[in-house]
Amino acid sequence: MKTKLLSVALIAAAFSGGIFLGKGGSNDNFVINNGGGASYAGGYDKNAEQQNSGNSPVSARTVEGKTHVVKDGSSIMEAVKLAEPGDTIQVMPGTYHETVYIDKDDIHLIGVIVEGKRAVLDGQGKLNDAILYSGNNVIVKNLKITRYKGNGIMGQAGNNFEISNNIIVDTGVYGIFPQLGKNGLVEYNIVSGISDAAIYIGMSDNIQVAHNEVFDSVAGIEIENSRHAIVENNMVYNNTGGVLAFITPGLPIKTTFDVIIRNNFITNNNTPNFGAPGSTVAGIPAGTGILVMAADEVIIEDNIITGNKTAGIVITDHENAPNVTIDPESDTKPDKVMILNNLMDNNGYDTLDEVKALMLSEFKQGKPDIIRVGGSRDSCIINRHQYVTVGVDNWKECEFTNTDSIDTYILDEPVPARVIDPSEKGKIAYLGICAGCHTYTGRMIGPPVQIIQALYMDNPEGLAEFIANPTKKRDDYPEMPPQNYLDAETRLAVAKYMLHVKK
Amino acid sequence: MRYLFVTLALLTALLMPNSGVIAQQNLRFELNQHCPPSFELTTEGTCKLVSFYQMYDSVQNRGLGGTQTSLPPNRDGFTPNQIDLGRLLFFDPLLSADQSVSCASCHRPDKGLSDGLEQSIGINHAKAARSAPSLWNVAFLDKFFWDARATTLEQQAVGPLFDPKEMGNNPQQLLSSLKSNEYYPELFKQAFPDSDDIDLNQLVEALAAFQTSLISLNSRYDHYAHGYHQALSDNEVAGLNIFRSFVARCAECHQPPLFTNNQIAVIGVAEKEGVPFDIGAQKTYNAAQLRGGFKVPTLRNITKTAPYMHAGNFSDLKESVEFYNKGRGHAVPPDEKLLLHWHIWEPNLSPEEVDLIVEFLGSLTDETLTPQIPKIVPSGLSPVDDSYNNKTMLVNQGE
Repeated sequence: MKTKLLSVALIAAAFSGGIFLGKGGSNDNFVINNGGGASYAGGYDKNAEQQNSGNSPVSARTVEGKTHVVKDGSSIMEAVKLAEPGDTIQVMPGTYHETVYIDKDDIHLIGVIVEGKRAVLDGQGKLNDAILYSGNNVIVKNLKITRYKGNGIMGQAGNNFEISNNIIVDTGVYGIFPQLGKNGLVEYNIVSGISDAAIYIGMSDNIQVAHNEVFDSVAGIEIENSRHAIVENNMVYNNTGGVLAFITPGLPIKTTFDVIIRNNFITNNNTPNFGAPGSTVAGIPAGTGILVMAADEVIIEDNIITGNKTAGIVITDHENAPNVTIDPESDTKPDKVMILNNLMDNNGYDTLDEVKALMLSEFKQGKPDIIRVGGSRDSCIINRHQYVTVGVDNWKECEFTNTDSIDTYILDEPVPARVIDPSEKGKIAYLGICAGCHTYTGRMIGPPVQIIQALYMDNPEGLAEFIANPTKKRDDYPEMPPQNYLDAETRLAVAKYMLHVKK
Repeated sequence: MRYLFVTLALLTALLMPNSGVIAQQNLRFELNQHCPPSFELTTEGTCKLVSFYQMYDSVQNRGLGGTQTSLPPNRDGFTPNQIDLGRLLFFDPLLSADQSVSCASCHRPDKGLSDGLEQSIGINHAKAARSAPSLWNVAFLDKFFWDARATTLEQQAVGPLFDPKEMGNNPQQLLSSLKSNEYYPELFKQAFPDSDDIDLNQLVEALAAFQTSLISLNSRYDHYAHGYHQALSDNEVAGLNIFRSFVARCAECHQPPLFTNNQIAVIGVAEKEGVPFDIGAQKTYNAAQLRGGFKVPTLRNITKTAPYMHAGNFSDLKESVEFYNKGRGHAVPPDEKLLLHWHIWEPNLSPEEVDLIVEFLGSLTDETLTPQIPKIVPSGLSPVDDSYNNKTMLVNQGE
């Protein structure tokens, strides 16, 4: 696949006078030791939201629910349907051909590994996604997932999630894709053979991606339109691009900031790009270790970045990235990028012609470790003399040398449960549902509330029962449809509310 | 509760057919003092939306995500009087240049607040450039028109009012019609007590107030989302799972709970035979990357609003879903270079899967809060106008 990281416009700009490639950096020969120096404070103030301690993002259970054991030959989904919040589903070794969707809170889906044998979800190249969840406090653990067309594990707005110890092989578009969630952990997974990102954090907050092994995919780990994310201690190799921090324009959440990429092995990401035409990753040049596109406050620290043939680190704005649309509501520039100590070696040994041209504009040659194209404000770097760089000569020195004071962005106290206060339930159901057909005094589709009050004033239970299973009572009104989709608590709450409204 | 009282019944006797004039005796309009369903009257006397979805959270408070996700920020805070005045205005053909069409002519309660046409038809049988978008849940939007050229309901309202192909009016004539009407000056005074005279700002604010009351959040899908899983059939659940799968990717742009992310997307639908290519949002943003881009519409009540896409390009939902299954760029004209949205790809859905998505979309129907059509509007013109219906028929017959 032909790559074209750098647009013609950019090259022209570079040669026309190096607008943003100024020569600067008075501290070129000053070696900074990152042990014991000032520490970066991070962009997320935990104390602003809550305190206390705890490691897992998933809410601790006060009472353990039932355990459902799924054996080879039976269905995981049947167990999910039976499960109540608080239950655990244990999946025994075997092969399962199904899509598992969890639209409930607090479900733990755990594979049981017996002498190395796992529960295998096999989509046989026909099924779409293996696991979909939208509930809070969902755990997906110890599974093996293969041959799905879509995603291995996909979260849609579930908070407090943990996805760990899974093996995901040759499965579709994304291996692990929590989207629109807050407070989640993705760790100890092995993901390979993915046609987009092996691990993709989309439009999420407070995320930890750690101790994963990702390889043979187009992108290894992607942090997109997300905030307060740490990517650490991962092995990322033989992908087209290793670790990405992106703002993708056109998405409804517009920012990426406060992303720490540290202590990862990011090596030999030279696999030819096999992304789907038109996908954002399809424009990534093979041989990119870390790619920062438009994301702000990205810290790159203590990674081993070697053998990536285009460059170790590429930083670009939207204007210079291929395949990217524009978004009037997105800031296109990667600002406040911070490059601390990293071990970089043997990168850029087969880089793009455009990069070579850029290097010439700075009178440089050799194998580039770090390439910056397009605008970037308030970025910094330490020990720049160690690397072959383009476009960072005028970056200032960072005022800190490490991120040691930031342990994790996982919340100490999980995102609160989605509990609706019973008194609120009554009011909301009355105004949102009952009021569509009943008014206090007048005739609408149903009889006036005054008449209902006269009938049921001391009997909210009777009214709650009636709305679950209405019978035709009045010839001159249509029969009421059952409101049994409201749970019993809500039905009683709305009955009480209706019996006490005054106008 | 009545939104509108007409004292002394015998309505038919009061109306003089075809003349469009109300007999003068004893007719009185009284604006509703209560908020519409789904709204709570606050101590300030304004109406505030209440919904179960407000009990949930969402990342960055953007109101996007999965089943139990909060709604985006919404417009509310209008008084019951303003909302009800807006309703009268919305249904009153007095607002158009020749008094032949009202807002409701193209946003009809019986057509999903759209009009069932490929392109809407304004005064003088003129075809508008695009189809009429549904108005359900517009309270949550911050982009209006297919090409997103307005950012508020008030800005939007002046578009059709003064577009020669739509309502064709002009500010002078419109204000003059309202001010010389027997009832509107008093009604505006009730809705806007601090103002002495009717002005355009009040008109569009009242129209906006009414439109924010058009809430559809109690479909069978919503029952499922709130936890009543029996609300959907097995087929509909299967359809939901395909809809939100990363193969079909429908939910990536038609994101719950509103089933739109309210962004611009370039998907590459072909125009009908002989219709020039519509550049859409390219014009709004002056950006070639957005050529052929349109606002992602909500899918709520989608079964009611055929035909689909920006100009009725597809006649039914199956055809619309199949479009996404036919391959990235298959319908882009050869002379057009479009930067298609990254989620447009080749999902290779089976025909059964396409049918299941369509079946699921049927569960997004909730018209329980359809506004009441006034039995009579201050102009005395017919709120659901027969002349409009006839005109539609004539145009469809190729007149």
